[in-house]
Amino acid sequence: MYSEKVMEHFANPRNVGVIEDADGVGEVGNPVCGDVMKITIKVADDRIEDIKFQTLGCGAAIATSSIVTEMAKGMTLAEAAAITKQQVADELGGLPPAKMHCSVLATDGLKRAIDDYLVRAGRDPIGGKILSEDPDFDPHGADDECEV
Amino acid sequence: MRRMEGVTYLDYSATTPVDPRVVEAMLPYLTERFGNPNSLYRLGREAHAALEDARERVARSINAAAASEVIFTGCGTESDNAAIIGIATANGRSSGHVVVSAFEHHAVLEPAHALAKRGFTVTELEPRPDGTVYPEDLEAVMRDDTVLVSIMHGNNEIGTLQPIAELAKVAHAHKAAFHADAAQTLGKVDVDVQALGLDAMSFSGHKIYAPKGVGVLYLKRGTPFAPQMLGGGQESRRRSGTQNVAGAVAFAAALEIMDEERPREAPRLAALRDRLVEQVLSRIEHARLNAADAPERLPHIANFIIPGCEGEAMLLHLDAAGFAVSTGSACSSGSLKPSHVLLSIGLPPELAHGSLRVSLGRWSTEADVDAFADALVPIVEKLRKMNPLYEKTIAALTRGA
Repeated sequence: MYSEKVMEHFANPRNVGVIEDADGVGEVGNPVCGDVMKITIKVADDRIEDIKFQTLGCGAAIATSSIVTEMAKGMTLAEAAAITKQQVADELGGLPPAKMHCSVLATDGLKRAIDDYLVRAGRDPIGGKILSEDPDFDPHGADDECEV
Repeated sequence: MRRMEGVTYLDYSATTPVDPRVVEAMLPYLTERFGNPNSLYRLGREAHAALEDARERVARSINAAAASEVIFTGCGTESDNAAIIGIATANGRSSGHVVVSAFEHHAVLEPAHALAKRGFTVTELEPRPDGTVYPEDLEAVMRDDTVLVSIMHGNNEIGTLQPIAELAKVAHAHKAAFHADAAQTLGKVDVDVQALGLDAMSFSGHKIYAPKGVGVLYLKRGTPFAPQMLGGGQESRRRSGTQNVAGAVAFAAALEIMDEERPREAPRLAALRDRLVEQVLSRIEHARLNAADAPERLPHIANFIIPGCEGEAMLLHLDAAGFAVSTGSACSSGSLKPSHVLLSIGLPPELAHGSLRVSLGRWSTEADVDAFADALVPIVEKLRKMNPLYEKTIAALTRGA
């Protein structure tokens, strides 16, 4: 079901924790649906200098959180905000279709943290649409329902 | 024996290893006595005799009035489907009222939903928070046109036992047939179909140390029934298809072993389960036993909520540590929804996501239970530390307690 890389990131997640004096904070998801992610970032010269995450969720939720922090570290804010759910899934060697929503949450959490930083700095947000807040976003795949 | 390399198996409700004594009993019917039981020559007659002997032995174990009331099927799911659809649609009926409990196995819920699409009205009766369906609650939903009630004997996820005899009386008072899924209870508690007052009951071989691929449907003589498997008319025209003779022999052998060992095994498993519950609840803060107030429960199942942890994450870490457990029924493991069983007893989804089912069996030991608790404690600590909502979750729980 899960690739070796998913299992590796699940078992040994990178960048776990909270940056106490974070420049930006992004929290997405809902415990009713089972997954919640919080991403904190430290920014210098418009680059993500440090990034940490906390996640309540399944193996894929933890693995996608971990990999997205690895991918984003050192990127410019614009580059990081452009990371897609498919890139996250590809970087992990693929995700089961029913778990693709985890990669959405991971990229959404990152976008929200970036926008939080930008808004605090009095700038325009660039994170774009938070897919997991779309009324049509189905966190549990096409066959499952989750009342949020 | 039964020690799998690097794995402590604690998921006996999902499936059981085949007992070596059962393998020995069935083996001749896979090799030298391989005849079709419907063939007239000697090999066929031998197979037929073995099949009928197995039928009689199963009938004796469950106290059926006649061996012909025992129908061999392919699995517990097939038995459930055959009972639900076969009884409801008997005599060409295409409408009526069917009652199932809301925490049935999907093998009962899905055929009930199929009946609803065909014109039947289906009531899903909620159990109470103690994981029990009470006769007065069933009485309240019965109707003049109720044709069938199906309520499981023992729940596969939380292990609660239902007052089947009293529930069957309610159904019969309204002239409805009564079916119970006994996949989890056969061999673990006394199953006497006459004392329970059943019209139909479903059993599964691979839950009792027989192989996968064999089940039994008990169908009381005279119960109207429309067969779902049509063809050669085997099993007295109630389930066509060449019988799985080796499976039937294995089923009978496995059941007799369970019957013989139950006086010692049931209290042993109950003590192990209690030890497990004590260890988990005392060592993991805020852990809960689901349906803790159930009046009656199976000896081998404990289902926990570990607040602040997600079930699959616990399962995967436990697997890496060498323990096989479940987050609910094995059949739900591909689903992302919290268990319908846990929701039906009133758990909010955010807690139901954090469930863990441990089920014990013939080769479970005190050392297994102790090692499991030792492994679980640091896993829970790790996952809780990673949970951004942990403090909020515990604060909400403490307020609600």
